[in-house]
Amino acid sequence: MTIKLSREIINHSLHEHVSSTDYSFESEAVVTDSASLVKICEVLKSAPGIELDYLSSVTAVDYPDYFEVVYLFYSIKHNHSLTLKVRCPDKQQPDIPSITPLYNGANYQEREIYDLFGISFVSHPKLRRIFLWEGYPGHPLRKDYGIGS
Amino acid sequence: MAHSTDSVFINLGPVHPSTHGVFRMRAHIDGEVITDIEPVFGYLHRGIEKLAEGKSYRQVIPLTDRLDYVASMNNNLAYCMAVEKLAGIEVPERAVYIRVIMAELQRIISHLLGIGSFFNDMGTFFTPFFYMFIQKEKITDLLEMVSGQRLLFNYMRFGGVSHDLPDPFLPALSQFLREMPAEIDKYERLLKENEIVLARSRNVGVLSREMAINSSISGPVLRASGVNWDIRKADPYSCYDRFDFDVPTGSNGDCYDRYRVRIEELRQSLRILEQAVSKLPKGKVINPVPLRFKPPVGEAYSHIEGNKGELGFYIVSDGSDKPYRMHVRAPSLLNLSALREMLIGWKLADAIIIFGSIDICLGEVDR
Repeated sequence: MTIKLSREIINHSLHEHVSSTDYSFESEAVVTDSASLVKICEVLKSAPGIELDYLSSVTAVDYPDYFEVVYLFYSIKHNHSLTLKVRCPDKQQPDIPSITPLYNGANYQEREIYDLFGISFVSHPKLRRIFLWEGYPGHPLRKDYGIGS
Repeated sequence: MAHSTDSVFINLGPVHPSTHGVFRMRAHIDGEVITDIEPVFGYLHRGIEKLAEGKSYRQVIPLTDRLDYVASMNNNLAYCMAVEKLAGIEVPERAVYIRVIMAELQRIISHLLGIGSFFNDMGTFFTPFFYMFIQKEKITDLLEMVSGQRLLFNYMRFGGVSHDLPDPFLPALSQFLREMPAEIDKYERLLKENEIVLARSRNVGVLSREMAINSSISGPVLRASGVNWDIRKADPYSCYDRFDFDVPTGSNGDCYDRYRVRIEELRQSLRILEQAVSKLPKGKVINPVPLRFKPPVGEAYSHIEGNKGELGFYIVSDGSDKPYRMHVRAPSLLNLSALREMLIGWKLADAIIIFGSIDICLGEVDR
């Protein structure tokens, strides 16, 4: 079974690099803000015993008060997983750092989120719409887009 | 006299026999050699994730059929598993086994088509493809028996499957399981050590282990690069932990290894099917769930080893009878993440083969 990483292990590997106020736990996920995202990913990708080397998926959810970007990581070596969430309270101009330089697998998925949610990924190598064409009005997966409008 | 060549830009696709759908590659070539390539997606984008937000949970099942349309059963399975996890629905034993049988039959269909069209790309022009299609049709007949459909089955339900197996199903499946090993041997005699196949696919389009992991590649393409990662083993679901089967892996990560891994997976699927048929329990096939039901507020992610890789559904519920958000972790899209690295430096004719060896389905790439 792919087990979820426990809070103790995550705390233990993050405490030297990231302030404990920069992230929190919610049920089985780690929640952080856009300022700490890249640092946390860097640490968890290389920390011995954790080595989250495989980014399974990146997606986003439009909640009433914020956008939430959800990352799911695995470690193929150790067969464990971690869900990481980044919240973006600024719904007018949401932007968070790209992790494509760390995980090539994030490339298309970040473009997909940019296309369908309008969340910008700072320092993404080629942030362009992926499914819809340039100039398409709006971002369909936002809740205020409406179906059929 | 030294020759100098200009870089030429050409479009491969969106309507091109080798793209297996509507997919475009913007290729820059210098002579015959690819210097840069950029995939262009979206020609089959139907907005399935957005459509799902306007439908009840049950109404989304037929939509999932239309993701990877040669693997409807697997899409049904992954989606139903995610909703069952979200709402805490139990599945009866017999239905769990029936689901595994359907998923493995579907995997054989998908791999046969994947291998067949890979050889078409190589220029065998439909000879191996139609040998494989004969067997594919037999499975389609089996799936038609249980679901009444031949492509988009819409067979699974929350809490089980829609109908029990009809009486002629198991004898017909046993007949198929007896025939199929000899058929695979036939493909092997025809293709395995074929001079042209070896020359054109060995050491072509090599994807390194590190690149494959870093690019979120999954399924046979990942395993061909030497990574032993199969969700059926790594994170067993349904009843895969009760079956004895191996995870075939490659060593070079080239086109030939990807083809070999798929052939070996056909044999492993047959092993799983034999065990599932012999252990198939009796009993009911569904714990009925109301047509419109409201899962508790929360979220669930459930994944399966689909034909093309890790197929996952991430569903967020706000307590209403419709999903608040549904995301499909589509293996076909992510398996193209390393396309650029795999194609640059190869000749245009090789690019067609390398792309074919990844085996994608555009319905799933664009969603």
